[in-house]
Amino acid sequence: MILKTEVIPLEFKRLTLFAGHYGSGKTNIAVNYALLLREQGLPVTVADLDIVNPYFRTLDSEAVFREHGIKLICSQFANSNVDAPAMPKEVYNIIDSRTEYGVLDIGGDDRGALALGRYVPSIIEENDYEMLLVINKARPLTRNAEDTLEVASEMVSACKLPFTGIVNNTNLGPETTEEDVISSMAYAEEVSIALGIPIKMTCCDIKLYEKLKDRVPNLFPLSLQKLYYHLNTEVS
Amino acid sequence: MQEKVLMKGNEALAEAAILAGCRHYFGYPITPQTEVAAYMSKKMPKIGGVFLQAESEIAAINMVYGVAATGKRCMTSSSSPGIALKCEGISYLAGSDLPALIVNVQRGGPGLGGIQPSQSDYFLATRGPGHGDFHVIVLAPASVQEMADMTLKGFELADKYRMPCMLLADGTMGQMMEPVVLPDPVEIDTTPKDWAVTGTECKREHHIVNSLYLSPKKLEDINLERFERYKQIEENECLWEEFMMEDAEICIVSCGITARVSRNAILEARKQGIKVGMIRPITLWPFPKKALLSAADKVKSFISVELNMGQMKEDIELAIRCKKPVYGCTRVGGMITTVDDILASIKEAAKGEE
Repeated sequence: MILKTEVIPLEFKRLTLFAGHYGSGKTNIAVNYALLLREQGLPVTVADLDIVNPYFRTLDSEAVFREHGIKLICSQFANSNVDAPAMPKEVYNIIDSRTEYGVLDIGGDDRGALALGRYVPSIIEENDYEMLLVINKARPLTRNAEDTLEVASEMVSACKLPFTGIVNNTNLGPETTEEDVISSMAYAEEVSIALGIPIKMTCCDIKLYEKLKDRVPNLFPLSLQKLYYHLNTEVS
Repeated sequence: MQEKVLMKGNEALAEAAILAGCRHYFGYPITPQTEVAAYMSKKMPKIGGVFLQAESEIAAINMVYGVAATGKRCMTSSSSPGIALKCEGISYLAGSDLPALIVNVQRGGPGLGGIQPSQSDYFLATRGPGHGDFHVIVLAPASVQEMADMTLKGFELADKYRMPCMLLADGTMGQMMEPVVLPDPVEIDTTPKDWAVTGTECKREHHIVNSLYLSPKKLEDINLERFERYKQIEENECLWEEFMMEDAEICIVSCGITARVSRNAILEARKQGIKVGMIRPITLWPFPKKALLSAADKVKSFISVELNMGQMKEDIELAIRCKKPVYGCTRVGGMITTVDDILASIKEAAKGEE
């Protein structure tokens, strides 16, 4: 097991927000990032602001959070049969109390980002945040910089909080190769230049970490979340 | 061959529909298939296609009827309660012999039910979803790759037999993400079909697309002709996959997400010395009856693993003419069978046969 703190010497803002196209990997990164903060001994609360995704939620990692002493705020309807886009009132606690480190998992696309809008004035006023754009070149609607910028600009229009950094999470799930990560760097660079914000980190499956660590700056290894319902076999 | 991409099942089927030449999508949002509409709303305007969010599911299916009558590839998608609303329109499509793709990403029911995965529209899909005597071809994908491949297949079969085709996926298939190789774009024959309503320009007799027949005899003839076509489909278009059936003593029958879980259960059971295999129906109508009947001579029993109260189990019993016992392993309400659930059924079946 690689200690994540050896890997990325990050300067942690009080609030770290992960937003991006749906399916870009926001939830998984938020979970791993919260663990990273916790390893620093910081008090961490994760808030799931996803009102878009019906099935895959931070709640799936509840046991991991409990084990590491990370607090989780999510809709009481997550993973249930209730299709109500409700936000838990406790989100105000981490936005306003300003005593703990908060990791916010924002819902996908502009529809997901819209839900963030109500907290934005308070976030900007405190001014101790990182708003990270999670991108994945292997996703069909963000395969090039141009399309990715379109999604990013729709999100900013929806939530009115500009991005401050990029998280390159290019992956093909369990089939991701080193080459997939390497070849995505030019793409991430292009997005970074166009938006005028830095690439905060590049993510990879923990299994690829050793092979990539000398070739990719600010590499963040992800221990993947448990796969959904024993799906780890091929059909044919 | 195209490069691999990471897609949700709902996106994969939407992109595959575009690659299949579909430029007309009509829908109404409902969880867990909303990504289909979201994807189409982003993509269609960029390629000169039509994305239209209708005022209701009923409106959407009737828009599909309109486009289908012109011979163009078109589709709608929904989830269980929305599909129930579309049934009238599907019957009209079948009665007018029109090709179209209808996607059903199933959720729990009955009624409003829930948003978690289900396979409880098996009866609805396989018995002809609507009033009157008819069938739709029903395809049941079990991976994101198959969501794409079966979409293409669905359009092909619908065109070939001039009838609606339903892609019957469970919510998991719509929501889960897997790497996919998208199919190459299909070259479509753009010559107007000899039945399509495309405008006569006063140069030919007009075509009529209709499901109303004033003469009972004519209506009977049309029904008989249609069922002759259905017979050909049953003969030629059955699709299924066999897994470890060579020496199997117990045969699991399962499709979609439960086939994925069953596969793991089979591997586990074999470690424990129980010889289990699986027949995974890919077309649910036509149902792969012959494959099951021939398996019935080799195995001691069957287990139907499904996310409903045992709907496909009836088709298995019919297909094997009740030659062997059929056990059921089912979860409902949005719950999904686990490897342990299936192992317990396998052990029950193995014990029953001693």
